[in-house]
Amino acid sequence: MSGVAPTRTVVVWCADWPAAALGRPPEAPVVVLHANRVVSVSPPAREAGVEIGARRREAQRHCPEAELVERDPDREAVNFEPVLAALDPITPRVEITMAGTCRFPARGPSRYFGGDAAMAERVAAAAATALRAPAVVGVGVADGAFAAERAARRAAAAGGGWLVIDAGASPEFLAPISVRSLGIPELADVLERLGLRTLGAFADLPAADVTARFGTEGAAAHAVASGVDLVPLHLADPPPDLDVDDELDPPLDRVDRAAFVAKALADDLNGRLESRGLAAVSVLIGAETADGSLLERRWRHDGALSSAAVAQRVRWQLDGWLTWARGRGALTEGGIVRLWLRPEQVAPARGRQLGFWGGADAASMHARRGLARVQALLGEDAVRVAEWQGGRSPADRYRLVPIDTVPVADDESLAVRTAGPEPWPGHVPDPPPALVWPVPRRAELVDDEGRRVEVNRRGAVSCAPARLSIASGPWLDVVGWVGPWLVDERWWDAVGHRRRARFQIAAGDGTAHLLALEAQHWWVEATYD
Amino acid sequence: MFEHGEMAEASQLAALAQRFRPAVLAAEQTLPVAEAFLPLLPLDGLPRGSRVSVSGAGATSITMALLAEASRGGSWTAIVGVPSWGWAASVRSGVAAQRTVVVDEPPVSQWGQVIAALVDTFDLVVVDPTHQVTASDARRLAARTRERGSVMVDVRVDDGRRRFRWPIDADLSFSVSTSAWSGLGDGFGRLDDRELTVSASGRRGADRQRRIQVRLDGSGHLAAAASMNTTPMNAAPTNAAPTNTAALPAVDPTAPKRRLRSVG
Repeated sequence: MSGVAPTRTVVVWCADWPAAALGRPPEAPVVVLHANRVVSVSPPAREAGVEIGARRREAQRHCPEAELVERDPDREAVNFEPVLAALDPITPRVEITMAGTCRFPARGPSRYFGGDAAMAERVAAAAATALRAPAVVGVGVADGAFAAERAARRAAAAGGGWLVIDAGASPEFLAPISVRSLGIPELADVLERLGLRTLGAFADLPAADVTARFGTEGAAAHAVASGVDLVPLHLADPPPDLDVDDELDPPLDRVDRAAFVAKALADDLNGRLESRGLAAVSVLIGAETADGSLLERRWRHDGALSSAAVAQRVRWQLDGWLTWARGRGALTEGGIVRLWLRPEQVAPARGRQLGFWGGADAASMHARRGLARVQALLGEDAVRVAEWQGGRSPADRYRLVPIDTVPVADDESLAVRTAGPEPWPGHVPDPPPALVWPVPRRAELVDDEGRRVEVNRRGAVSCAPARLSIASGPWLDVVGWVGPWLVDERWWDAVGHRRRARFQIAAGDGTAHLLALEAQHWWVEATYD
Repeated sequence: MFEHGEMAEASQLAALAQRFRPAVLAAEQTLPVAEAFLPLLPLDGLPRGSRVSVSGAGATSITMALLAEASRGGSWTAIVGVPSWGWAASVRSGVAAQRTVVVDEPPVSQWGQVIAALVDTFDLVVVDPTHQVTASDARRLAARTRERGSVMVDVRVDDGRRRFRWPIDADLSFSVSTSAWSGLGDGFGRLDDRELTVSASGRRGADRQRRIQVRLDGSGHLAAAASMNTTPMNAAPTNAAPTNTAALPAVDPTAPKRRLRSVG
């Protein structure tokens, strides 16, 4: 890794973007979850004590009236588009890595507006007005993207506004910041154990020693901590014939069609890149509208963008343009007639073997490609994958998510969340049932004399179950039963309060079911088929 | 041998991979399957290019057990139109969630097309059509499956809805007939191990029926069964026509009344 004189960069940072993207009023507490862990909170929820990384139940305990929402990268990307559009008049070279933050080189705009401070003021004002949802925006200007980002975060933490770090003052600014900010937890752990808690302490170490101990990743982190901008050695201008474009006829004006177009174009680009052994680090997505105006956006990723990642970003960008640009007149009724992708920076791809000595599996790649046909027939969301979520009832333990939202692992299988280690209080004991009814089926459970089996308020069952009938089917003998397992959920919530008594019933024909008594009715929740 | 074209390089590499794959002969014709099922199968695994039908009480668990070994070995699975598939049970039995894809039940007019597209891509396709499969669809799918070497598993979920017969018989039919649970008493215990009888027959009853007893224990492990203590089942076999009456049978005054027993 060679460090070069860092380019002066402006970073715009929206605090708590996953929560802010929802567009709720500023006093509403919002908690965004992913795989049962909190990933983002709005300020009222933070004040109530909800922390990032906490579990769902802990969050609910701290702030029961908070709105709990599952994370949606699509929503975050689409709702950030107005901010990017507001920055376009200031500079054409805006780059976005992740929804909620973007950056651009400072030199041109700074000269135009008469200084860093004036420019930062303009940018902050533009971003704040463009946001549909009230969110706190910080703007940072410094040498190097990392320092600028930390400056923007600090400005946002102070309630919004801007912060300019003078030229050459980055190392001084970064020095007191904790090593956790590098985003490499394993490295931060080791450094803290060695007594190096701040970036300044880390940067003071000799670079050669750091490389010897931590390898290239550590050397890169060391360069960043020293305020040196990181430029990977092999970045080069890609040859022009790697651009791909597509004429869209009829013009694209609907969000659902955008996905197919995006995927096709991204696959084309990746095919060309792969045959040269390259992967894109930064991609320019461009579109021409029916009335001739041009829209462009740069997306960058600090690693290399995989095929699925490029397709996802193209889809987000098209969604963003189609959703927001229409209202401001940038897109007329005509829609988008031409779309192109240009890889702006490429790096050597890590290489993917075709099943010779391990690595990406040929079956996996084949499967992923073939799914596109099914999606073309049934729609993008018809193909889904099961991701572990965790829950009390059998139906809550896994949820189905569209396959395009799931990242793809190295071996081209899907990086789905697998079961976590935490035991779930009140969950039905293993073995899990083989059939979980998405809509519980009505049932009747009676004793010898035909009276319905009931459970009183103290949790005692009224009589021993003797016969079971499912969905008005034939009566089956009950040959084994256990229960009631009482579940009393959300007792504090008038609307969400649920009380259920669960039973396991084995019937005479060999089947076994999980029954629940709720609101005086018996339901079959699951069958142990 | 190698041309100087970018596109050609990648495909040359793929072709080379195909040629130099370790040559496995008989195994090419089958997908790996759990050892307990081997007595039921003509070759040493699930025969590729065939349709397997599974029905009876316990069909879903047996289906999961059939898929597990192949899925663990890297095969991709597609599950079409089975909204009640129990994921926790599936993961526990060994089906890899990162190589399993769920497709919503396609509309009847597109069903054949969608299944054909899936059969082309996936080694294992699980279906549960609730409509009558047309003869042309069935023929086309059988040909596609055979050509591609996939396995289509037709599981019949008992959700009260009617299921129709396929125009072409399945290459292999598994019928899960009796099932006995252990662990559940009269108001205590919990469902634990179960014992199932799986019988298999070939097409048109040409092969004699083979039958095995398997045991599925609480942790999802499948093994050939030894006898075990089970909750007593009624003698009536499950494929007897059920009495479709909602009226309660008369209470027999001489039968001992069940009493609630307090346990601790």
